[in-house]
Amino acid sequence: MIEARHLTKTFRDKKRGEIYAANDISFRVQPGQIYGLLGANGAGKTTTLRLLATLLKPTSGSAVIAGFDVAAEPEKVRAHVGFLAASTALYGRLTAREMITYFGQLNGLAGAEIKLRIQRLADALDMHEFLDRRCEKFSTGMKQKTSIARTLIHDPAVMIFDEPTLGLDVMTARAIVRFVRECRDRGKTVIYSTHVMGEVEKLCDTIGIIHDGRLLAEGTLAELRARYGEQDLEEVFVKAVGGEGKK
Amino acid sequence: MNGSHIATVYLKELKDSLRDRRTLLSTIVIPTLVMPLLFFAFGSVMLKMDQQARAETPTVMIIAGEDSPAVLARLRADAKIRIVPTTADWRQRISDKKIRAAVEIPASFEAGLGRGAAPSVTIYNYSGEAKSRLGVEQLERIFRELREATVEARLGERGVPLALTKPFETKRENVAPAEKVGGNLIGGFIPYIIIILCFTGAMYPAMDLTAGEKERGTMETLLCSPVARVNIVLGKFLMVLTASIATMVLSLVSMSVTFVAGGSYFAAKAAAAKGAAAGAATGAMISMIDPVGVIGVFAMVLPVAVFFSAVIFTVALFAKSYKEAQSYVAPMIFVVLLPAMIGMAPGIELSGRLALVPILNLSLVCKEMLSGVWHWHYIALIFGSSCVYAAAALALAVKMFSRESVIFRA
Repeated sequence: MIEARHLTKTFRDKKRGEIYAANDISFRVQPGQIYGLLGANGAGKTTTLRLLATLLKPTSGSAVIAGFDVAAEPEKVRAHVGFLAASTALYGRLTAREMITYFGQLNGLAGAEIKLRIQRLADALDMHEFLDRRCEKFSTGMKQKTSIARTLIHDPAVMIFDEPTLGLDVMTARAIVRFVRECRDRGKTVIYSTHVMGEVEKLCDTIGIIHDGRLLAEGTLAELRARYGEQDLEEVFVKAVGGEGKK
Repeated sequence: MNGSHIATVYLKELKDSLRDRRTLLSTIVIPTLVMPLLFFAFGSVMLKMDQQARAETPTVMIIAGEDSPAVLARLRADAKIRIVPTTADWRQRISDKKIRAAVEIPASFEAGLGRGAAPSVTIYNYSGEAKSRLGVEQLERIFRELREATVEARLGERGVPLALTKPFETKRENVAPAEKVGGNLIGGFIPYIIIILCFTGAMYPAMDLTAGEKERGTMETLLCSPVARVNIVLGKFLMVLTASIATMVLSLVSMSVTFVAGGSYFAAKAAAAKGAAAGAATGAMISMIDPVGVIGVFAMVLPVAVFFSAVIFTVALFAKSYKEAQSYVAPMIFVVLLPAMIGMAPGIELSGRLALVPILNLSLVCKEMLSGVWHWHYIALIFGSSCVYAAAALALAVKMFSRESVIFRA
């Protein structure tokens, strides 16, 4: 389970002073659910997810993930989280197997257990063909599969996806969406950020609209449509953030 | 801190670095090859230049002196110089290096000699040029001989014994031990090379493991793992240190092999060319280096290697890309070079204050140890202060690694 309570993160900028990248964000995601964080570029999606993954420390507020507080026990939080972002790359000079093994070791798994899990993941993701080749020569699809296997090696209860389909072709993006759904079906708690309306409509049980570091609206797709009186999610989004003119 | 996590990170970085061509080149290939190449290239060129200069008979022009036929004949008869016909543009010819020197014999020189008051002879040369110098040396020798012969003749005429002009002799004798001589000659150079290689060896992996990872996007992946930041830093740092020490050891081994093998090679070659002195001196110099001193140098360099690795690691951590890291780290070489060069300068000796100056203290103490001098209180002070600097740098690296503003610099 994920529970964010008044999560706030400020950065100091020389020209603009104090910036609220995440401002008083609270929400809750239950196991077996996908929470979609919808927002434009720079809205604060990445900051919020990095706070949940303990890559950043909150300025104020807190979050509890799988029963651990992000500020008090960041290592335990990370042990129960699988984090996949467009910016989490692979080590080019390692093979896919070495890459996944490394993260298995970092998660404290024994050698035999890692071998077994890699075998299973490679079966499920159809990776055997390139498992022992170096990641630098991979296609985007192969890279994505390896990254997914990397996030799953320690079988985390919580999955955090930060724009995982960014820059991918349609087929690879669809494979990712399918994989996210599988995570939910296996009872994992999933949070998913994107600026693609279609993905949110297809995937998410609950949608949070984030803008300028604030969570402006939250609800199921049906609830949001009803509240703003629009069928099209894009129109809902524009209304929620206060019209097109406002940035 | 968790030993097994540190080991996991370290072993992965080791494997990764061994597959990186850039790191391999800077930590293994260059330090192994640079000394032999430098030594043989430099040695061969020097030997060749020297032989060429010696083989050549310097060409000399004589200006005036028509009324001093005996002196002219003496000059023409000398086998070690070659007299060429005088031309009006002799000055230009010396500058153009067409001739090596010119000698001007003043009017009525011989007549003056007979009267006991001859005017001075002028030798024109191109100062600072080796071949011109050889010509001048020969001319000076001829006139010295002439002067001595004249003195002898005059004393003979007056019936004065020759010993009167030389009431006593002076001679030099060396009391410094053999190692001290060798240590002073090349002992200043060895620490200089070690310090630079120690630095460059740490440079590439330190940039690759920090800024390089940020640039490639693997830093964020690594930070998602449940391993505590401090273990990641220490694992990575150990890899950088390994590279630094590997570079240093490889270069030391390659250097000793080169000196021993190269020294005897050039000694034989120079002996064959009847110029044995230079070659033999090199060979003798090597045997004068104290092997215990080399071990001492190695021990003293260790904390400095830690210091370098941690400092470069911290600086490179700020950069967002490998290129940016290079532009921060490359100027640091000059900061390292300066104290290392000062240490190489003759006449600078260790003192309580200099013993606390990082890098310079290492350079000075290594010079001493290589020449067999062991000032234990300085050695302890330098080792201690180096360890303190190293620990401070490492603590800074750990601190910077856990700062969001450094790791996620926008």
